[in-house]
Amino acid sequence: MKSYSKTALAVLFVLLLSLVFFGCQQKPGGGAIGQSTAEKAFVAPGEYDSHYAFISGGFSGQLAIHGLPSGRLFKVIPVFSVDAEKAWGFNEETKPMLQTSHGFIPWDDSHHPDLSQTNGVIDGRWCFINANNTPRVARISLQTFETEEILEIPNSAGNHSSSFVTENTEYVVAGTRFSVPVPQRDMPIAEYKGNFKGTLSFIKIDPEHGHMNVEFQILMPGFNYDLTHPGRGKSHGWMFFTTYNTEEANTLLEVNASQNDKDYIAAINWKKAEEYIKAGKFKTLPSKYAHNVYDEGTHSAATTMEKEVRVLDPAELPGLVYFLPTPKSPHGCDVDPSGEYIVGSGKLAAALTVHSFTKILKAIEEEKFDEHKYGIPVLNFEAINAGTVEQPGLGPLHTEFDGKGNAYTTFFISSEVVKWKLGTWEVLDRKPTYYSVGHLMIPGGNSRQPFGKYLLAMNKITKDRYLPTGPEVCQSAQLYDISGDKMELILDFPTIGEPHYAAGCPAELIMPNSKKYYKIEENNHPYVTRSEADSRVVREGKNVHVYMTMIRSHFSPDNIEGIKVGDRVYFHVTNLEQDYDVPHGIAVLGATTSELLIMPGQTETFVWEPKEVGVWPFYCTDFCSALHQEMQGYVRVSPENSNVKLTWTLDGE
Amino acid sequence: MMTGALLLLTLFILPLWRITLEAPQYPKPLEIRIHISKMAGDIQNINIMNHYVGMEKLPEKMKEFELFPPIVVAMSVIGLLFGFIGKKKLYLVWFAAMVILGTAGMYDFYRWEYNYGHNLNPKAAIQFPGTTYQPPLIGSKVILNFRANSYPASGGYLLFAGMFLSVAAFYSAGKEEKRM
Repeated sequence: MKSYSKTALAVLFVLLLSLVFFGCQQKPGGGAIGQSTAEKAFVAPGEYDSHYAFISGGFSGQLAIHGLPSGRLFKVIPVFSVDAEKAWGFNEETKPMLQTSHGFIPWDDSHHPDLSQTNGVIDGRWCFINANNTPRVARISLQTFETEEILEIPNSAGNHSSSFVTENTEYVVAGTRFSVPVPQRDMPIAEYKGNFKGTLSFIKIDPEHGHMNVEFQILMPGFNYDLTHPGRGKSHGWMFFTTYNTEEANTLLEVNASQNDKDYIAAINWKKAEEYIKAGKFKTLPSKYAHNVYDEGTHSAATTMEKEVRVLDPAELPGLVYFLPTPKSPHGCDVDPSGEYIVGSGKLAAALTVHSFTKILKAIEEEKFDEHKYGIPVLNFEAINAGTVEQPGLGPLHTEFDGKGNAYTTFFISSEVVKWKLGTWEVLDRKPTYYSVGHLMIPGGNSRQPFGKYLLAMNKITKDRYLPTGPEVCQSAQLYDISGDKMELILDFPTIGEPHYAAGCPAELIMPNSKKYYKIEENNHPYVTRSEADSRVVREGKNVHVYMTMIRSHFSPDNIEGIKVGDRVYFHVTNLEQDYDVPHGIAVLGATTSELLIMPGQTETFVWEPKEVGVWPFYCTDFCSALHQEMQGYVRVSPENSNVKLTWTLDGE
Repeated sequence: MMTGALLLLTLFILPLWRITLEAPQYPKPLEIRIHISKMAGDIQNINIMNHYVGMEKLPEKMKEFELFPPIVVAMSVIGLLFGFIGKKKLYLVWFAAMVILGTAGMYDFYRWEYNYGHNLNPKAAIQFPGTTYQPPLIGSKVILNFRANSYPASGGYLLFAGMFLSVAAFYSAGKEEKRM
């Protein structure tokens, strides 16, 4: 018995020693993880991930779909930026999607994806995401994983506090980060204070098709509206926006907007707003903003220019807006699953401030107002404060919840995620991030029902975490297992763009609805070619329309003659396949546009204006089949005055 | 007996036979469902697959598709009539007629399969000398990268059940007649 315990002691000693050794071999960044931990993020070949993650593409303007826990990248959905790979913004069908009141814009900066909800629970129908630079909100179908709608937001600038969804997807919101003259006009910048305005827009979502329209805007003082989250449960009907620059500075904001001890969280009672709209207490402002809708039936988008918007003025409409004093330029504004706690992360503060919704209602009832700012009541801080998390870290940014009474906050400056308890405000755990974490995401985080298994931290800086790739290094996210008492880092993985926010949910909410292909008989594209027999070429003056089909492994027609220099040739190409995962592509030599990548049953169009006489080949760009390499053809381009007859053939017929 | 005869009519809805083609890149196998009046299933995809080796497209029209429905109706009516008359010998006659028709049908099916698998376009892109693509009459067989399975489908099983019932009716009627 004695010798047995001696052996055990010896084994323990060796183990400890090896720990020290391996510990020394870790790189300075830390975070070497054990085999058993690695298994938690391992998804075997052929197996599926358990969760979808929709990660913002940041300055790429797109939305990336990853799997969790593996971190594998599945697809980058083009949203606000052109994508030559998918012809987004290049083909005739999707060009209208990037139209704005300023014209066609090929790029934007996408920040905050959020998923549609029913009764406060993620329903897997749509993903929304905002464009920060030229204010817009996009809706993405989670059946086709394509952007179906983009709505420009008028009277806004820097659409940052967006695109968060209310608990029955009644509204998606958009707030202005930069206050501006409303309506826009030529005026001195120095006259900002008191003259510039901020708008908070409520975009109504049609429950059946998801179509968006700006239902109303609330005209707010000229602060900067940073982030937002909806009330839920007991606070359903309210929306909370953080503000900074309540100083209303217009230059050197890093100093001049950091003077006030407290800025505000603006609490908007949108149910009240609906009453005021119904009662006709709005002004109609003439505006100009683009509304772009993609129709799955015609596989084409169209732009409508909207001409006006309804505006509510909170100074004149009591009960619409209250200000909740919150220390030091709050950034994140997060509401717990019960709807009781509103967490404001004062990014320059040493503590986290939590407001109580119950106390807010009581303070409103008892009129505990410290003052009025531009006619809007400022509630007394002590009257609404639920608690404070003291000394949790440096530079708090965002908070999410696990549904088990815990909150998780990111700290940018001290590069860590901190777990703390709602109600007692005690810190339970902290784990480093590599480095300078921004947002975090727990699947279902912005809902009444978080799925508290994983936590995704999205970092702003990676430095030495990956193999170097020149001055521009990769962007990255980190996955933590939060199912135990302590958080456990289980994976680092690279992302596209700069990952701001993300949304996530269990795969089974989305996977069964994923579309496999488009039915050719439901294709109502105006230039569809439903069978090879219908393929043809039609000349209308200088415009030539090629009605082309593609099916393994040929185009019809594949020999075209009679095209002349100076023509405008429209290739309307229909993929006749009716099977899963059989796209075809097409590109023609010298065409000053992108390829087309056409899904089964779909029609897409590119325009080619040949400048040179010759015989120019085109080919299939997606390796479709055993004879993909043979999937090719020729277009003969003759001089402008030539008499070559317009002909089109396949195999000489 | 009457049930057996009526079961025949399910063939107007349910497929008689099913051929499936399995390959790794088809997690859901390709399928041809043979009805008495048409072929259904992944027809376009099978045609695309088969044109590489020079096989003809699956037929939309066949004289069998015109012939089978009246035969099925006729046999069903005759079966009902025999059941109505209630003479047990007639049950056996019906069964025998069904066996003959069924055998003829299978022979016809074999001939079509043979032609479908052997009649290849000499200009086919992919040619393996000596290889033919005839699916099995019944059972499974490996053809290039596919495994082809050919078995009766729901309608076919109900047809057999109908025939079995006619024999069962013959025996049970025999017992009743003896008792009387």
